Amino acid sequence: MDSLMVYVYQIAFSFSILILISLGLALIFGMMKVINLAQGEFLMLGAYFCVLGSNLGLPLWLAMLAAGLAVGLVGVIVERTVIRFLYGRVLDTLLATWGISLFLMGIVTTVAGPQSQSVPSNMGPVSLGGLNVPGYSLVMIGAALMMLLGTYAIWRFTNLGLLVRGTMQNPEMARALGTNTSMIYMFTFGFGSAITGLAGALLVPLFGASPTMGGFYISKAFIAVISGGPWPLIGTVSASGLYGVIDGVVSYELSPVLAEICVLFVAVIMLRLLPQGITGRMRKGI
Amino acid sequence: MKLSRRQFTRLASGGLAFASLQGTLSSAALAQEKPIKVANILDQTGGLNIYSLKQMKAVAMAADEINKAGGLLGRPLELIFYDAQSSNQLYSQYATQALLRDEVDVIHGGVTSSSREVIRPIVNRFKGLYVYNSLYEGGVCDRRHISTGMVPGQQLDALCPYVVNELGGKKGYILAADYNYGHITSKWLQKYIRDLGGEDLAVEFIPLDVSNFSSVLARIQDAKPDVVWSALVGAAHMSFYRQFHATIGTDKMMLASTTYSIGREQVELAPEEGEGIILATSFYDGLDTPAANDFVRRFKEYTGENDYIGEYGEGGYRGMSLWAEAVRRAGSVEPDAVMASLGGTSVEGAGGLYTIDGQTNHTVMNIHVAVQDDKQEFKAIRTFDQKPPIDTQLVCNLNENPDDTTQYEVQLD
Repeated sequence: MDSLMVYVYQIAFSFSILILISLGLALIFGMMKVINLAQGEFLMLGAYFCVLGSNLGLPLWLAMLAAGLAVGLVGVIVERTVIRFLYGRVLDTLLATWGISLFLMGIVTTVAGPQSQSVPSNMGPVSLGGLNVPGYSLVMIGAALMMLLGTYAIWRFTNLGLLVRGTMQNPEMARALGTNTSMIYMFTFGFGSAITGLAGALLVPLFGASPTMGGFYISKAFIAVISGGPWPLIGTVSASGLYGVIDGVVSYELSPVLAEICVLFVAVIMLRLLPQGITGRMRKGI
Repeated sequence: MKLSRRQFTRLASGGLAFASLQGTLSSAALAQEKPIKVANILDQTGGLNIYSLKQMKAVAMAADEINKAGGLLGRPLELIFYDAQSSNQLYSQYATQALLRDEVDVIHGGVTSSSREVIRPIVNRFKGLYVYNSLYEGGVCDRRHISTGMVPGQQLDALCPYVVNELGGKKGYILAADYNYGHITSKWLQKYIRDLGGEDLAVEFIPLDVSNFSSVLARIQDAKPDVVWSALVGAAHMSFYRQFHATIGTDKMMLASTTYSIGREQVELAPEEGEGIILATSFYDGLDTPAANDFVRRFKEYTGENDYIGEYGEGGYRGMSLWAEAVRRAGSVEPDAVMASLGGTSVEGAGGLYTIDGQTNHTVMNIHVAVQDDKQEFKAIRTFDQKPPIDTQLVCNLNENPDDTTQYEVQLD
């Protein structure tokens, strides 16, 4: 029974990290088809805004929310000044967002210095069937699920979500029906950025903030979204679930190194068998 | 005095040349002499720069002080900085460039053991001289290589008996970075723990980009060690200390480290996250000897910075002082002449007396076992005066085998 608890926890934690780092990308890359190489740096920026807010005396959870909003604002600015001129131009977007990524890393290193920073959660350990786990990691798992459900609900059940989905599916038709698609693009990019910023802030108490942290996560986020396939939300969730199980079990049974190898191995095999991704054959979805 | 932009002239090579201000040179009557060129290759940028930034400044400060005091052999020092950007490929490129094109008289620098092993063959091929100012896993036997940092025979020889015997840390769980430093250091840890009658429950190697330690922490709790030994390296591994604090805590399980403090980890972590971590070091800012206090004061004056300097910062200054003293003793800056005068070269530095052991080209120094308190500072528990590099001395004799360039590794029985 004890070891079952360990597995459940390891899988849930791996899953929640994958969801946190790839949810924003699922919207920006999965829905909008913008290959945003600065995604990792949005995550890093969220972490730094959280450290900044906490240093200014905000309670940790408020600092996290503020960090999400601040990165959302950065996303809107980036979309208005750069991305919106590049829709449909994949290679140019790649180059521009790579530039933004280098710029953000450089500016954070200049302002905050190259060293990493911490904001501890002060939550202490929690015992799960004899195994101590950081109490805060349970908050992270809960937050990841809430962000997932929240995003799903907005996209699926609100008018705004309908407009967004319609615009992504057929922008000409959406425009013909009177939708301001430019605003919808801006909103979606900003929303994806805000979620990414919030995720970065949520990582701070256990992972810290450092200017190069984006690089540790960006490839995993892309792998999850790409294996997810054409329906970004459902696809990312199922890919994160699959990789979370592999990562959680293998890294506990063997080692984190082998877990990463296994995840990549399975990703390669899966893309061979399901070249369109996990949701490639689904007709309906988000 | 601050390093100002005007003192640096960018070279076409991507290196930065640093010369003392003209006023300093002319008042020391050095302006007309041909400068001695010193290359300094370190990571100003990239994931490993936490180890390099203070060292670069300390090297510049050492060069400036030497120039102010009349130079070396009546000639001024000229430093050339190369930013290797945490990439071993650039270490190889810049080491070659420094020796062949910029024709430097000595190379200082390198942080990781992998970068050192990139530089060493190049220095040997072009018959240069190389000063490595970093703690490492020991065993390099090479007369063109001078090690001024701690090796396991100094660091672990002080740390392990304290943890295993005095604190009762019999059962150890070892975590090490997944490259040559971590692999060899973990063997040394196993050897010391076993020789002291302890038990090494497990050794895990962690790639440098892993930051999620939840599975490692679960296995540690399954194994129930008395002490966790960390030889973790770099920015991603910093998360281990955060997650250890949030999961187990140093009040429940001891945490000892061979690398903690050299990247100034204790000021980057929150005070409670680093409290209680045990380490062995040859220099820390709070050493509280007149020499250490004087060095800290001069460094802060020179750089205008007020934060922790630590072992790697002081190491750069240490390396420059030892090399300069060897040059003075040799009366020449030629690598072969300097190499001949290395044995017995001695300087009174910030961490006490440093003496180069001619048999190994490693440095005899004071070692302190210390614990971090609740104010992000270290308190020395034990001090060992003038510890020789016994691990390397066992396998290396440059007096008998001057052409040796091997790095000897420890063998477990």
